[in-house]
Amino acid sequence: MSESLLEMRGISKVYPNGVVANAGVNFSLREGEIHAVVGENGAGKSTLMKMMFGMEEPSEGEMLLRGEKVRFRSPQDAIDSGVGMVHQHFMLVPSFTVVENMILGMEPRKGLGINRAEAERVTRELSAKYNLHVDPNARVEDLSVGMKQKVEILKALLRGAQILILDEPTAVLTPQETEELFRELKLLKQAGHTIVFISHKLKEVKTLCDRITIMRAGRTEGVFETASVTEQEISRLMVGRDVVLKYDKEKKAKGKPVLAVRDLAYTNAAGKKTLDRVRFAVREGHILGIAGVEGNGQAELVKALTGHLPGATGTIDVAGSVVAGQGIKAVRGLGVAYIPEDRMRQGAAKEASIADNLISTRYAKKEWNRGPFLDRRRIAQMSKDMIERFKIRCKGPEQEIGMLSGGNMQKVIVARESSASPRLLIAEQPTRGVDVGAAQLIHQRLLELREQGCAIVLLSADLNEVLELSDSLIVLYNGGVAAYFDDPSGVSEEKLGLYMLGLEQQSEEEAGKAYDL
Amino acid sequence: MNELLNIVFSTDFAFSILRVATPILFAALGALISNKAGIVNIGLEGIMLVSALTGVVVSAQTGSAWVGLAGAVLAGLLIAAILGFFTLKFRTHIILGGVAVNMFASGGTVFILYLVSGDKGASTSLKSEVLPNVRLPLVEDIPVLGPILSGHHLLTYVALLSVVAMYYLLKRMPLGLRIRSVGENPHAAQSVGVRVNRVQFTALLLSGLFASLGGAYMSMGYLSLFSRDMTAGRGWIGIAAEAVGRSTTVGTFLSSLVFGAADALANALQILKIPSELVATTPYVTTVVGLTVYAIAETRLKKRKARRHSPSDS
Repeated sequence: MSESLLEMRGISKVYPNGVVANAGVNFSLREGEIHAVVGENGAGKSTLMKMMFGMEEPSEGEMLLRGEKVRFRSPQDAIDSGVGMVHQHFMLVPSFTVVENMILGMEPRKGLGINRAEAERVTRELSAKYNLHVDPNARVEDLSVGMKQKVEILKALLRGAQILILDEPTAVLTPQETEELFRELKLLKQAGHTIVFISHKLKEVKTLCDRITIMRAGRTEGVFETASVTEQEISRLMVGRDVVLKYDKEKKAKGKPVLAVRDLAYTNAAGKKTLDRVRFAVREGHILGIAGVEGNGQAELVKALTGHLPGATGTIDVAGSVVAGQGIKAVRGLGVAYIPEDRMRQGAAKEASIADNLISTRYAKKEWNRGPFLDRRRIAQMSKDMIERFKIRCKGPEQEIGMLSGGNMQKVIVARESSASPRLLIAEQPTRGVDVGAAQLIHQRLLELREQGCAIVLLSADLNEVLELSDSLIVLYNGGVAAYFDDPSGVSEEKLGLYMLGLEQQSEEEAGKAYDL
Repeated sequence: MNELLNIVFSTDFAFSILRVATPILFAALGALISNKAGIVNIGLEGIMLVSALTGVVVSAQTGSAWVGLAGAVLAGLLIAAILGFFTLKFRTHIILGGVAVNMFASGGTVFILYLVSGDKGASTSLKSEVLPNVRLPLVEDIPVLGPILSGHHLLTYVALLSVVAMYYLLKRMPLGLRIRSVGENPHAAQSVGVRVNRVQFTALLLSGLFASLGGAYMSMGYLSLFSRDMTAGRGWIGIAAEAVGRSTTVGTFLSSLVFGAADALANALQILKIPSELVATTPYVTTVVGLTVYAIAETRLKKRKARRHSPSDS
């Protein structure tokens, strides 16, 4: 393997909280290629790249650069070895000019001061050489996203990057900007640079990259020459499911509609349309699964459903009441419960006790109060019941929730959200990062709620979960409903993958069946 | 009233503005440099007080005003270093650290003063030295401007030069660029190898340096002795001046002059038959008014920015 410029062998990464992000990953990079790393969210791409750039250290495995063993303890080490990274969230100082951002940390000097002429000269020279045109004296905060990305690339090149890692660079770009970026990257390749391109947009990968490494669940699924593999094959390897969950659930008669979403649209501050005429309905005792690669409108959709996406157009009715413009309390008053994706920040108050977290959505209700005080005894009793029912492993109701493992913390949140007999439950990645046992318990709880007639919107990156639990399913792509299936159990994940990655799209009429009233 | 106008429109009054503004300007520069690095140093008042006392004690012991000044500066740097050590290394909250410095200074200086001079109020029994006033040749001959600009205390000129140095540092020097980057986006700074903690520590030391010069001025120029709590809120007013000056060097300089003018006016008003307590509130009322104006301007600016960044649907 002397042809490898950079090689990672048997790389594993286990985080202190026990999450295994990478398990025995092999990755090799040839000089002068554009190499795609594809995989779903949580497949371990970012972790692998972080290790390549010295932001994380692998728990196991070794890394070889030009055949020699290297160890990056910090990004500085990586930079010194000629590895550069363009982060998804740009590392720029907004009030600085392009030149100032370029030279920060390696300022050319003249006497005591910065040699500004020299700084501007190198910036211009580099941007001319690589055809990355930016105004050196513009303030970064006034630049478009595409321009900021160019600055990031230039920054890495100025620091001598031979290997350039781009973390989902096209996620934030318009189609025109994407085309431009591809031209620039090809130019960089011609100049002898090696590029690692992280993406889950298969079309882009096919047009741009020479080789592809596919990752799934922390492992490499294979390395292919782009020319020798079809998009369908890649998609199958990316989203294939390993363990099949099986739950017995009865087919149910159609209940009354609970949630109706009509023509929901939203354009974000950057001018990107993140929700586009989304229409669907959910009935009593019905689970609607929402599948899609992250960043295709899920986050905005959930915000709109829970009533905090000002600026969204269209209507959202919960049992006949309009959600938009209502406060969180009023929305909850309509019978909406919400299991947020981010349990650390949104789902729980980390430093409060389990009991306090359990009561946090309904402490104001009369039944939990005695005069002006909280009825502590009742709350404690309720907490104990919940801990038992949900098998929450803890020392007792007074333990800080932040001390629990992810799975147990999630159980507390599910317990809270599901015990108030909600009319509509929005479950966002309810089992992400939790152990199998907890996941099963949460799934069973969702099915119980379904039995009781609760309408559930289930968003998940775990296809097993959506396919197995949902009564019907929509796929979000680019902010719109790309597909609707009224019997998910008959849908193969290959087929789903094609819609998730935008390779196929149902007709408006077919997808419109999601809005079934 | 006429009397007052005569006072205000005299060269003496203009001269006194610079004289009174000096410690405020030093404190404001101290606030500016630390804020730029993203740390709010509210310990300026305390550092000034400690340096004021150190200057007096050291100069009285050695008989040299210069050694006194050096002692004052060292004391200021030491306190800033301790503050930085606790907040940057041990992650004490910077506000708590600042409060600790201020309380320590307020009590500690009286304690030391008592040990050294046997007096809890002022250092009258110590034979402390004073730094010289400087007459500017040529400048002093210019009509009107001459008497305003010439003949000030040495440290007043240091303060004015510091404004220029600060401007150069922040705009033109690598350290300034790093300080600003650390204050605005530490992640970005870190990602290109800037050591965030080290830069913040340096900024805090510079902040302590400016505050110590302000303190030395108070006891070795503005007055020629140390008295308990003699800084009387100038460190705080400096912080206000920095905020009103919108965290720019020039703005900070100008607003320090405004606060200085308010102070000078308070002194001048004492001649009139207005209750002295009321007069004494002038600088503080100016602070409140200044901060209000600043807050309003800031909100407007934010709104305008928000409008510019949101997509125009109309």
